[in-house]
Amino acid sequence: MTDDDHVFKALADPTRRFLLDLLFQRDGRTLKDLESGLAMTRFGVMKHLKVLEDAGLVIAVRSGREKLHYLNAVPIRMIHDRWIDKYKAREVSALLALKTDLEKED
Amino acid sequence: MTDKATPKQVYRIVIKASAQAIWDAITKPEWTARYAYGGRVEYDLKAGGRFRHWASAEMKAAGLPDELIVGEVIESDPPRKLVQTWHPLFNADTAAETPTRLTYEIQENQGGVCTVTITHDVTGAPLVAGMVPGGGDPVRGGGGWPWTLSDLKSLLETGKRM
Repeated sequence: MTDDDHVFKALADPTRRFLLDLLFQRDGRTLKDLESGLAMTRFGVMKHLKVLEDAGLVIAVRSGREKLHYLNAVPIRMIHDRWIDKYKAREVSALLALKTDLEKED
Repeated sequence: MTDKATPKQVYRIVIKASAQAIWDAITKPEWTARYAYGGRVEYDLKAGGRFRHWASAEMKAAGLPDELIVGEVIESDPPRKLVQTWHPLFNADTAAETPTRLTYEIQENQGGVCTVTITHDVTGAPLVAGMVPGGGDPVRGGGGWPWTLSDLKSLLETGKRM
């Protein structure tokens, strides 16, 4: 799998998107804190966090006896730059071309 | 905008380049002028050394101050770790906040790739905390660290910007 595949796969699950939203609201949370927001076993949450970590979307940092989880927005930015900007630009230029064509017909 | 109440933010990217090339791209003005918002940096790479990020001609024409970001080097271990203070002066409100603390870590992995981690401790600087995650339009200054790192990766891997 490429890096992009890992990110898309990680984002293709509602629980994992929910975990990212929790970190977006407040970053640097413990596993205990994250699992309290989900009706799921600790093992289940750990499995989802592992997929997010493998995709680079979550970074776990040791802080004393705790492990804090941080949201890493860089892979999402890269998906945005690689996939979304490209099509947005095409859409705009297609509209501009249409406008030019329509104005020529007048 | 992200509501990051915690004082620390972490950003990570994998770049196919040597640790030295990445270190140079962060600390040398001829490199910093070529990606993200541009502008030349000035680093005295020793504890207590001065850091300045100077505005480019375009930025100055847009009304930004000469000294965009100021700071002091806390720890320099080339090409692996750089710890510094980071105090943006390009906005009067962020200039009034306390200086933040920025750590760059460059870890060499197998296969000629490096993991670059930025840890930004934004304690006491809520405006900086809201600004550096990006999420806005880079053209209007909303790129933040994710866009900066993504652009750095493009430059080092392809020789071109995004």
